[in-house]
Amino acid sequence: MSDISETHTSAATAPTRPARRFRWDTVVDHAVLIAGALLMLVPVYMVFATSSWDAITIHRNGMQFGFGDQFGVNYNAALFEYGGFTDSVNGVTMLANSMILGLGFAIGKIIVGMMAAYAIVYFRLRFATLAFWMIFTTLLLPLEVRILPSYEVITDMNLGNTYTGLIVPLIASATATFFFRQFFRSVPEELIEAARIDGAGPVKFFIDILVPLSRTMIAAMFIIMFVFGWNQYLWPTLITTDESMFTLVRGIRQIIQSYADGGETPDYGQAAALAIIAMTPPVLIVVFFQSWFVKGLTESDK
Amino acid sequence: MKRAAFGHIGFPILLLIPQLAIIAIFFYWPAGYAIQSSFYLEDPFGFGSTFVGVDNYTRLASSSSYMSSAWFTLIFTSLVTFFALAIALLLAVKADKVIRGAKTYRTLLMWVYAVAPPVAGLIGVMLFDQSRGNITQLLGMMGIEYRLGVNYWDTATAMISVSIWKQIPVNFIFFLSGLQAIPRSVREAAMIDNPSGTRRFWDITFPLLAPTGFFLLIINITYSLFDTFGIVDTIVKGEPGNNPMTLVYRVFVDGFRGQDLGGSSAQSVVLMILVLILTVVQFRFLERRIHYT
Repeated sequence: MSDISETHTSAATAPTRPARRFRWDTVVDHAVLIAGALLMLVPVYMVFATSSWDAITIHRNGMQFGFGDQFGVNYNAALFEYGGFTDSVNGVTMLANSMILGLGFAIGKIIVGMMAAYAIVYFRLRFATLAFWMIFTTLLLPLEVRILPSYEVITDMNLGNTYTGLIVPLIASATATFFFRQFFRSVPEELIEAARIDGAGPVKFFIDILVPLSRTMIAAMFIIMFVFGWNQYLWPTLITTDESMFTLVRGIRQIIQSYADGGETPDYGQAAALAIIAMTPPVLIVVFFQSWFVKGLTESDK
Repeated sequence: MKRAAFGHIGFPILLLIPQLAIIAIFFYWPAGYAIQSSFYLEDPFGFGSTFVGVDNYTRLASSSSYMSSAWFTLIFTSLVTFFALAIALLLAVKADKVIRGAKTYRTLLMWVYAVAPPVAGLIGVMLFDQSRGNITQLLGMMGIEYRLGVNYWDTATAMISVSIWKQIPVNFIFFLSGLQAIPRSVREAAMIDNPSGTRRFWDITFPLLAPTGFFLLIINITYSLFDTFGIVDTIVKGEPGNNPMTLVYRVFVDGFRGQDLGGSSAQSVVLMILVLILTVVQFRFLERRIHYT
């Protein structure tokens, strides 16, 4: 429908627009966008360049713009050198923990959320509204706010330093349920009528029709939730005191601590390398799946 | 609920159990616990607790350092929200206009979304470092002495700049999709009526974008209040001292460093009420918003 008006008007307005002024505008537009892109890129580029220098150069001159020759050394150290107080953690362990947290959180949240949303939308339950409001209330209160009592509850349950204690409390917010509820409500009613005529029960309808229909929504949710889980900081900091449970983002805190204590020259190059390693997986996912990511983000406000 | 819903009872309850169990144990229990312990004074050595009524709340209200954190949070939230929205809006309007390279710009401007707040904080610490930070040196050349971690407002500017930087991508994506949702016909009608780009923006585009803007306002306030925790913590390097603090960071500092369970819980409750107000505002607005779309 919009095609017609588009071709019409572009044909009508294009020739009337003075060519030179138009071009000048475009230059300004591009200049603003390039400045914006640089604002976003340069700080991270500097971390990347810095990760190729030795600690002494960085200590003396700050972050670097050019590249040094310590790439291999720094990344090798960041990934494989055991550090921390107990010498029990290295970059690979932290990478694995971050991966477990990101995947566990994303998958757990999607499964739990879809099940609950299906129950709320597709069944005549007397307490469906009550259940919805109970779940919905959790959107109000980020984990950061009820941090101390949550910590006490988890330690009372002996879940400190476990993946369960790390992941499950983070799932206790209803974002995914809410998105899936909105999505299911937009699925045409004829589908379920047809499915019932064909004799499909609730389980079959869910697995054979609703889940395949939600594919893009699931993908978008997965990307957002994985990035969210991967980037968690406060909760992992509290709940994992055992260094072999540290995630990469949690490991960043350790680096800063050595900055603050400043007893020995901190290994800045290695620190920069660890920061780059910590941001690579989520950034790649967002960049490669950006259309799904944008869809997930922008649909979430409806 | 759908018209043609299934009539089962047991199956949907089974579906709801995981979600309800998780939120009961990890949400309602701690939240209730927070409300309860906000009325008690916990012995720091773990020898029980005494009921003190609203003492913890009055203590907060009369604490000058809590009040200064509240003021700082207000300033911090306003500045971060304003600049993150303004810069993102400018970039989105430009990205919506250009034809060549639109997709490249989108990619370049949105990826910082995936950078974890503490990593952003680390970048901030390295750039604003007291002796060797690049920005510090740049300011030094201009005759400005910048001392992160020593001067209150110097630390605050670093926190605010990093928080704005981190939030631009999200706002950019929402504004861009908001702009692209404006029908072609409306834009072209405006183009004929009003050749001035600036006037056209303020008279037509801006009002049409207002729903997105309001939604983002709430998102940004929530972000400034809660999601900047990692940035604040990395920039103050775990040493609160006289550094600026947001209210959420204070819940953590008083609860875990100060071992003040009652006070920290009272702060949690204050924040809960704040978020509640924000949500009510958002809902009132979202209901109205249906008319726009």
